[in-house]
Amino acid sequence: MEERRLTRQDAAYVARLARIELTEEELDRYADQLATVLAHAAEIAALDTDGVVPTAHPLPLRNVTRPDEPRPSLDRDEVLSEAPAVEDRRFRVPRILGDVP
Amino acid sequence: MTRGAPALEIARKVRDGSVSAAEVVEESLAAIDAVDPEVHAFLIVLHDDARSAAADIDRAVAAGEDPGPLAGVPVAVKDNLCTRGVPTTCSSRILEGWRPPYDATVVERLRAAGAIVMGKTNLDEFAMGSSTENSAFGPTRNPHDLTRVPGGSSGGSAAAVAAGLVPLALGSDTGGSIRQPAALCGVVGMKPTYGTVSRYGLIAFASSLDQVGPLTTTVTDSAALFDAIGGQDLRDSTCLERPAPRSVSVLSDGVEGLRVGVLAELVDDVDPAVAGRVREAAEALAAAGAVVEECSVPELRHGLPAYYLLAPAEASSNLARYDGVRYGLRVEADTVEAMNAATRAAGFGAEVKRRIMLGTYALSAGYYDAYYGQAQKVRTLIVEALESAYRRFDALLGATTPTTAFAIGAKIDDPWAMYLSDVCTVPSNLAGHPAISVPFGADDDGLPVGVQVLAPALGEPVLFRVAAVLEDAAPVAAPPKVHAR
Amino acid sequence: MTGPGPGEAALSAGWEPVIGLEVHCELRTRTKLFCGCRNAFGDEPNTNVCPVCLGLPGSLPVLNAVAVEFAMRIGMALHCEIRPSLFHRKNYFYPDMPKDYQVSQYDAPINVNGWLELPDGSRVGVERAHMEEDTGKTSHIGGGGRIHDAEHALVDYNRAGVPLVEIVSAPDIRSSSQARLYASELRAILVATGASDGRMEEGSMRVDANVSVRPAGKVELGTRCEIKNLNSLRSLGRAIEFEIERQVTLLESGATVVQQTRHWNEDAGETVALRSKEEAFDYRYFPEPDLVPVVPDAGWQAEVAVALGPMPADRRATLAALVGPAHASEARTDQIATVVELGLDGLVTAAAAGGADAGLALARAANEAAADVDAALRLDTAAFTTLVRMEQEATLSATQAKAVLAAMLESGGDPAEIARAKGFEALEESSLATVVAEVVAAHPDEWQRYVEGEDKLVGFFTGKVMRATENRANGKAVAAELNRLRA
Repeated sequence: MEERRLTRQDAAYVARLARIELTEEELDRYADQLATVLAHAAEIAALDTDGVVPTAHPLPLRNVTRPDEPRPSLDRDEVLSEAPAVEDRRFRVPRILGDVP
Repeated sequence: MTRGAPALEIARKVRDGSVSAAEVVEESLAAIDAVDPEVHAFLIVLHDDARSAAADIDRAVAAGEDPGPLAGVPVAVKDNLCTRGVPTTCSSRILEGWRPPYDATVVERLRAAGAIVMGKTNLDEFAMGSSTENSAFGPTRNPHDLTRVPGGSSGGSAAAVAAGLVPLALGSDTGGSIRQPAALCGVVGMKPTYGTVSRYGLIAFASSLDQVGPLTTTVTDSAALFDAIGGQDLRDSTCLERPAPRSVSVLSDGVEGLRVGVLAELVDDVDPAVAGRVREAAEALAAAGAVVEECSVPELRHGLPAYYLLAPAEASSNLARYDGVRYGLRVEADTVEAMNAATRAAGFGAEVKRRIMLGTYALSAGYYDAYYGQAQKVRTLIVEALESAYRRFDALLGATTPTTAFAIGAKIDDPWAMYLSDVCTVPSNLAGHPAISVPFGADDDGLPVGVQVLAPALGEPVLFRVAAVLEDAAPVAAPPKVHAR
Repeated sequence: MTGPGPGEAALSAGWEPVIGLEVHCELRTRTKLFCGCRNAFGDEPNTNVCPVCLGLPGSLPVLNAVAVEFAMRIGMALHCEIRPSLFHRKNYFYPDMPKDYQVSQYDAPINVNGWLELPDGSRVGVERAHMEEDTGKTSHIGGGGRIHDAEHALVDYNRAGVPLVEIVSAPDIRSSSQARLYASELRAILVATGASDGRMEEGSMRVDANVSVRPAGKVELGTRCEIKNLNSLRSLGRAIEFEIERQVTLLESGATVVQQTRHWNEDAGETVALRSKEEAFDYRYFPEPDLVPVVPDAGWQAEVAVALGPMPADRRATLAALVGPAHASEARTDQIATVVELGLDGLVTAAAAGGADAGLALARAANEAAADVDAALRLDTAAFTTLVRMEQEATLSATQAKAVLAAMLESGGDPAEIARAKGFEALEESSLATVVAEVVAAHPDEWQRYVEGEDKLVGFFTGKVMRATENRANGKAVAAELNRLRA
């Protein structure tokens, strides 16, 4: 695996993907900190893991399901009372610029 | 029961009527009001709710009803556990003022057991941190030395118990967030086997690593709280069916013949004072009849880097939902995209932003295999290595954290230095195994040291047995500088 | 579909269209995929929501067992291999996404490598059919309801968390008409499994088309475009034809096709590019840690298979076998397709089992009973069988039988009693011969022409006989008598 130091451009890209607006100064600072952390974390890159099955779940559970039985929903007023903006019984947001990715 | 058990003692007295729950709650509230302004363990204290719950308990006792095994016991709840109608913030501005419409399962079970929720405790924002300095609402201070950190992320819960404000607290542990603050504050902190305690209502940090667990002054209370909150929950797909709770009953079984391995990886690189206490703990176990040997599991050294790829990756996804649309903070903007970005910029602190970005990177196209994928494989190597060790040993011993409590501000500007606090604790999270930190003496400055016992999955009985012996053998500790008494 | 469309024209111009369809199908479960909120269409906004489907902090998903069973039924109906599977998180931001990730299946889907047989016998591959959760619904306010001119948006999460199966075909489809056949047959299969109600107009079945063209004979695929917003089979056909023509025109002029998502505008009759992206979006898929693997073992699969009835293709084959290859014809094939599509094949198979002529039962079901499908589905099969046999045995003429059937559809009842009530008695042979002789005598000129070989006059005479007997005569018997007289 190719090890490369995380760049400012990488930091800007992930900040965009993660929808976090950063100032230029923050971008510089975080990029530097992240690059250092990543360099430490990438120590495992050199380990031989050929044929090792990744652990996605620590438990050997399988097929956990529930019956198709209705359960009470939340009271709409309680739900909407925590919303930042409500209109016509729905959550209101500013206009959506982009399409579904 | 002969072992020290402050919470169970309180419950016994409330149940038999010799003390009223109202008295117990007033005492706790008075302690909090007197002490917490200095310690800042609590984000919110529920005076009215606690009094009302106490009245219910006393009514039940008077009516001859069973008020529950933890009747009248004051409990503090880490503020990343949902409490219905009570603000639950995760110490973050992005959830400031948010009231969940439901209780976490563990909170429901506490209430059903008769325990009384006194308030919500401070944490590192979204449980990301090892010092509680990452809280958006100010740090918590260590009751042993107010210039020092209580550890994190469950620093508020650990401090509340250490300062005698409550005998029980709930915390959460993803990479050591119960055990490390327990060690730094001189209390007992336990992380259960992954899947034995429901995560429903625990606001997620890293889903495959998070567990809720007890912080207490004694091992007996820890076992009792674990028994009360654990067990299958149909609302959590990763929660196991478990055998009937019996943790308290095994506590006096002792350690005769148990094989205990002292992990070099959890002793060699820690502060000398801490290492010294671990060796004393090992000797104490041997004196009590355990077969104690040194051992080494080199794979554990890869735990910290693997953890700091896996946990942020899961967190980056778990924290995406904080987008200003349905609840919490919203910073208005012309488009929803700009609103999301501005809200998250204003709502998240620096550490949370760093981890979200790191996690996003580790999952991103072209890097997934090298970072996230590799970390999941290293996780397998650690699990296998520990399981191999458990063919030779029943339990493992080591330090909980490399240092005692450090000064507030000492590590905040160096992320990796802060992350090193977790080096002894993350392996248990990665493996899903249980572990407990037991106070065992202090360093030369009188700051508490915790020693850590590790056991295989579902090995809580062994864990508590060893912990009980260590508790009995521990050097007498000086009380914290700040304490309710 | 009355003549060659642009697709066929393209082919003759040396371009081969290559089409794949992605169909999102809502499952007919009572509750959502990961929580117990009702799975219902058209309820008041935000009334079927809970911490789980709203993605509230601390909430966790728990998988609906019936959704898994329905997904397996669909897989079996499409001849897929059913595999151990995982859920993955597909991470992206959009206001209708409560968690800002969608729980879906990525590289370990439950159903893979299947196929679907069209009524004409051709096969289209099905690459995968996986489970995922639906999103909420966004309404754009201001600017005519279109996303790009809107002032703000409103979100309803009732639909968030509804179970979906996404069915991805192989790029085996070669024309818009074949695409329509595929979508139509797939819908019939989905309805037959009981897993979905297949209502495109209600959004419970959503079709997107991936369209590309390549020079005929070439193996490499051309650049494709994804076409969305297809709300009916007709839109599907029209959009594909437009897109084929658009791409061929571009390529023939020396330009290239840009890979992009395009939106079908029904009113304008064209596909329009959505804002194009510089690169493919990075969804950062990783295994969903809050859900455990789904491993449908042999026992579970067997249970599901038992609950699964025969599929449309199987039912068509059953009818074809009953009718017999000797009587196969295009008309028969159409009747079979109609009867199966309407769910009336049970009537035909029951009638055949009861001794009725399968071909006749098929014709009556396809032509007459189909006029009122709901009533036909309620018809007593024994009564239908009796009716067909009455016609078959010439107890009733064809016209009489149709009248009795119409009455049965209207208000049920016993065919023999209805026939009696209507005065439909069989005309005896001798009285038939008398009537025929009278009619022949009344029309000497026509009789002369018939005797000289104008066979089509059978119709003329039969009509007269019918009028004289109030439609009680049997057409075949009249023809036979005329022939006998002529000889």
